Amino acid sequence: MRNPQLNANGELTHLLTLEGLPADVIRHILDTAAPFASIAEREVKKVPLLRGKAVFNLFFENSTRTRTTFEIAAKRLSADVINLNINASSTSKGETLLDTVDNLVAMNADMFVVRHSQSGAPHLIAAHLNAHQRTHVHVVNAGDGRHAHPTQGLLDLYTIRHYKREFSGLTVAVVGDVLHSRVARSLIHGLTTLGTSEVRVIGPRTLLPSRVEAMGVRVFSDMHAGLAGCDVVVMLRLQSERMKGALLPSAGEYFKHYGLTQEKLAVAKPDVIVMHPGPMNRGVEIDSAVADGARSVILPQVTFGIAVRMAVMSIISGN
Amino acid sequence: MTAQPPPEIPDAEAALRALAERMRPAVAHGAAFVGIYSGGAWVAERLAAMLPGDHPVGYIDVSYYRDDYAKSGLKGGAKRTELGFEVEGAAIVLVDDVLYTGRSVRAAINELFDFGRPDRIELAVLVDRGGRELPIDPDYVGARLVVARDLSIVLSKDPGGTLSLAVEALAGN
Repeated sequence: MRNPQLNANGELTHLLTLEGLPADVIRHILDTAAPFASIAEREVKKVPLLRGKAVFNLFFENSTRTRTTFEIAAKRLSADVINLNINASSTSKGETLLDTVDNLVAMNADMFVVRHSQSGAPHLIAAHLNAHQRTHVHVVNAGDGRHAHPTQGLLDLYTIRHYKREFSGLTVAVVGDVLHSRVARSLIHGLTTLGTSEVRVIGPRTLLPSRVEAMGVRVFSDMHAGLAGCDVVVMLRLQSERMKGALLPSAGEYFKHYGLTQEKLAVAKPDVIVMHPGPMNRGVEIDSAVADGARSVILPQVTFGIAVRMAVMSIISGN
Repeated sequence: MTAQPPPEIPDAEAALRALAERMRPAVAHGAAFVGIYSGGAWVAERLAAMLPGDHPVGYIDVSYYRDDYAKSGLKGGAKRTELGFEVEGAAIVLVDDVLYTGRSVRAAINELFDFGRPDRIELAVLVDRGGRELPIDPDYVGARLVVARDLSIVLSKDPGGTLSLAVEALAGN
């Protein structure tokens, strides 16, 4: 079966996951994002690429930040943006996901940006559109369950390439709650596809997937060993509900072992960069001195994220 | 393969000198030269060095302003538009290598206005091959020629900086 993200010519038409996406498609997105980064410096902060297109932000799960960055990206491309907070409307009246989609297609939607707590929901929508010959309607996954968050993965890749140029020769550590993190999954797939020399995951065993080695990573449970010689450290958000579920003793205990401090970071390379997808829990997974320190690129990540989302939207919309 | 005899292709360096001579008496000494990527950028740089006065050189990539996005998508990697001077109130000479339908020039003018309101925009082209589909007329032309619709005229630059023109079959036809 054909990769549902690609059209008959092998071009990207939906963005659902970075898993199985060819390296040249990923590189094309990163290359396309670079010139978009400067549009915010213009007198008129937009370009007319998606003029007249209707982008529906379909958020079945709340996320103000992700929704906002997609909204800014679409508006900088001159699209019309319609935000739908689905929790509060149709599903509570019993409408199915695909009925909601069909109704919005009937309102001439051109693109859906989908966030859903169920893994596979954006995939289901894309397959439904493909099956009904609505190939002019495109889907972007803005995070589905524990599965994938491809635009976050891409902006992380963009950030790493911006500061480090090449992926070969790099050692990248992903630290924390890998088990529940769609961000980690997407990033790891992207890093291995682009030929990163060594990808490490560091975290307590209870927060690492049981067969994580199968993703081509080295596993560490000790921060000192795992951070030694790293070029890039990606901290993951520790969701507070994990503490309630007996996976972890306490936030203080977690910080002691896995919270990133200047002291722990000292074993990484001197020019290491520290990343975090946000929102941060200061004093839980990262110390303020690191988050606000000289090695942190957490705020540039946010800026790059808009350019990367502009690139994704303008590529899929044209295919 | 075409049965027609190959068109007479002008020498790019000779066309550049002719273009510069036509611009010399007319172009404002402080005018900015904005080259359309990629060939126009090379021509703009050369003209700025050849002509008297201080001419800031800018670069424009019209990918986001093209009228064929719905048909062709965003295939090639766009370059960053870099003007490096204040567009508001500026005298600008837009520079391209080959003028054909006029669609790139339309896109470039639209893009320039998103940076500010220039005082005036003129158009200089190395080669005018006719075939306009929009009401666009160049102010300065290096050489004129007529070639068949299925041929494309391509400017290239060798490592030493010398420009040359060649005729190629139009991609996609």
